[in-house]
Amino acid sequence: MLRCMPELAIDAEGLSRRYGRRWALIDVSLRVPAGSVVMIAGRNGSGKSTLLRVLATAIRPDLGRAKVAGFDLLSHRQDVRNATALLSHDSYLYEALTARENLEIVRRENVMSILQRVSLADRADDPVSTFSAGMRKRLSFARVLMQDPKVVFLDEPYGQLDPDGAAMVDEVVRDLKSRGVAVLMATHQLERVGRIADQSLTLEMGRVVRP
Amino acid sequence: MQDFGNNRFPRLPYVLIGLGALCYLFGSFWGLFIAPPERFMGDLQRIMYVHVPTAWNWMLAVLFCFAAAIVFLFTNDLKWDARLDAGLEVGSLLAFMLCVQGSIWAKPTWGVWWDWDPRLTSVAVLLFAFLGIIALRRFVDDPRKRAIWSSVATIIASVDLPIVYMSVKWWNSLHQTQSSPDTVSSAFHIPLRVNAFAILFLMTGFIMLRARIASLRLANEVAPPPMIAERAGEMA
Amino acid sequence: MIAALRKEILIQWRTRGQVIAVFIFGATSLLLFSFGVGPNAEVLRQFSAGFLWLALLLSSTLTLAESFHAEMENRALEGLLLLPTDPRALYYGKAVANWLQLSILGTALIPVMVVLYDAGTERVLALIGIVVLGTAGLSAPGTLYAAMTAQVRSKQTLLPLLLFPLIVPALLSSVKATSLVILGDPMESLRSWILLLVAFDAIYWALCGLLYERVVED
Repeated sequence: MLRCMPELAIDAEGLSRRYGRRWALIDVSLRVPAGSVVMIAGRNGSGKSTLLRVLATAIRPDLGRAKVAGFDLLSHRQDVRNATALLSHDSYLYEALTARENLEIVRRENVMSILQRVSLADRADDPVSTFSAGMRKRLSFARVLMQDPKVVFLDEPYGQLDPDGAAMVDEVVRDLKSRGVAVLMATHQLERVGRIADQSLTLEMGRVVRP
Repeated sequence: MQDFGNNRFPRLPYVLIGLGALCYLFGSFWGLFIAPPERFMGDLQRIMYVHVPTAWNWMLAVLFCFAAAIVFLFTNDLKWDARLDAGLEVGSLLAFMLCVQGSIWAKPTWGVWWDWDPRLTSVAVLLFAFLGIIALRRFVDDPRKRAIWSSVATIIASVDLPIVYMSVKWWNSLHQTQSSPDTVSSAFHIPLRVNAFAILFLMTGFIMLRARIASLRLANEVAPPPMIAERAGEMA
Repeated sequence: MIAALRKEILIQWRTRGQVIAVFIFGATSLLLFSFGVGPNAEVLRQFSAGFLWLALLLSSTLTLAESFHAEMENRALEGLLLLPTDPRALYYGKAVANWLQLSILGTALIPVMVVLYDAGTERVLALIGIVVLGTAGLSAPGTLYAAMTAQVRSKQTLLPLLLFPLIVPALLSSVKATSLVILGDPMESLRSWILLLVAFDAIYWALCGLLYERVVED
């Protein structure tokens, strides 16, 4: 399958999303070139997670439009899903299955090499229910890598990780960038990510306050 | 406030209800006092002047719900969810009335309140199905999800209706002969038709009013989008 | 889809303690029904088919409600939605897994029924066949509604509330067919009931698969 990367990984205009009466995201626009890293900063509850989830097609925007990885967010959702991956607050893991089995849900090939990258190779056949919070995070990361995405959304990737894990995140992000994958990171680690980010965006109460 | 439709003819529901009530009085009066008693069942048969029109209109209500559900799934326009909400409630009311009327007829005729007549039993099953969907709506807070799930459940229940009817008919045929009163000779057509239209007007009027209420509730649940002017002010 | 099925069976196998519990619930129900009716062997035998299917129906609410439990922890349901896989694969994988579990449950309850109600028959294979067809009818809409109600509070009451009116044709056909096999079929009507059951299964396996995607998307 021919995979050509458009110039803009993300081209979003006026994205807004409400939960009942409360607007979590108000009129957010952004442009992200392919292969660049974007840092999304903001307090808890400012809308960072919502923005990532809207762009990843986990939820629909109420207003606005966007093109992600070249596909329209509203009319070609499955295509957007095929080209993107989301690291969410929730791990998306099955407690009763092993690390290996959880990854095999995505794809059957390459599982061990990806487990090695996130330093979980020795726990490949243990059920997730025995994993610590940090290990679950690593496995969720592995799940993202398994999807071979063109655009990656990371929601607080450094949470629950020890210094080794954090270093792994840095290394993975650098590698993704070098391969032309766009990375959006919602994070509180402004200094650490600021070093590697090409662009940064701050949200407050759902609006962009400092693009 | 965002408008979810259903208010294009604000006076029409009241006109329909008024008209319906009048027709109903007229038709029922005719059926009760003017039309001659039936050959075998006597005065008891007069309940048909209400029962048969209610049954026709109930079927229309179910069809309406089915259509509203399908249209909603295709258009994602919440005004159809408001209509479905109305249709479900009015349909349930009609179904309940049918069951009550059927029982009133059955007791003096067969000595039991419920005789498992296939048609009435199917109505009862669908009544429970609709009540279940109405209960489902109460438990879902997000208007969008609520609308999608109600539509899906309504489609499944509506498709089931003919199957339920067939299965109950076979199930019952081994034990009983057809027991519902349905043959009406030509002398009785006028009150029947008048009442049919009466209930049609009443039903339509009520559905329109109820849909309007549902639209208003939706508008209240959903906050208006933030003003663009606000943003311009912030940027300055 | 095979992959989805494989995953389902793996999960169900790992949590298999649950299945035993549901079987005990079903068997206990059969016992309680006989207490409700009285120790009249003739009467019990006549209604044995009805009791079996009622017990199976009640047990199915437990099985079905539980079937989405794994997806609700850690929001795995959303995780699956975002993968390149067809959501219908998940639905059919789960529906088939539930069907298998319910068929095994039903088959396991047959000997209990035979013992308690003196409802023996030589046509055991026919009985199992009816169990398989009937549970298919429970499983298709049941899995769809389980997906819905898993995402809502008060899911325990909502699932039976929605499912029971719906599966009346499947219940009637299954009970009738089972009864004819146990008690005898003088008018050769078994075939029509089986056909009705098959038609119900076909319609609902198709319809629910079609509608599933809308139910889990946001």
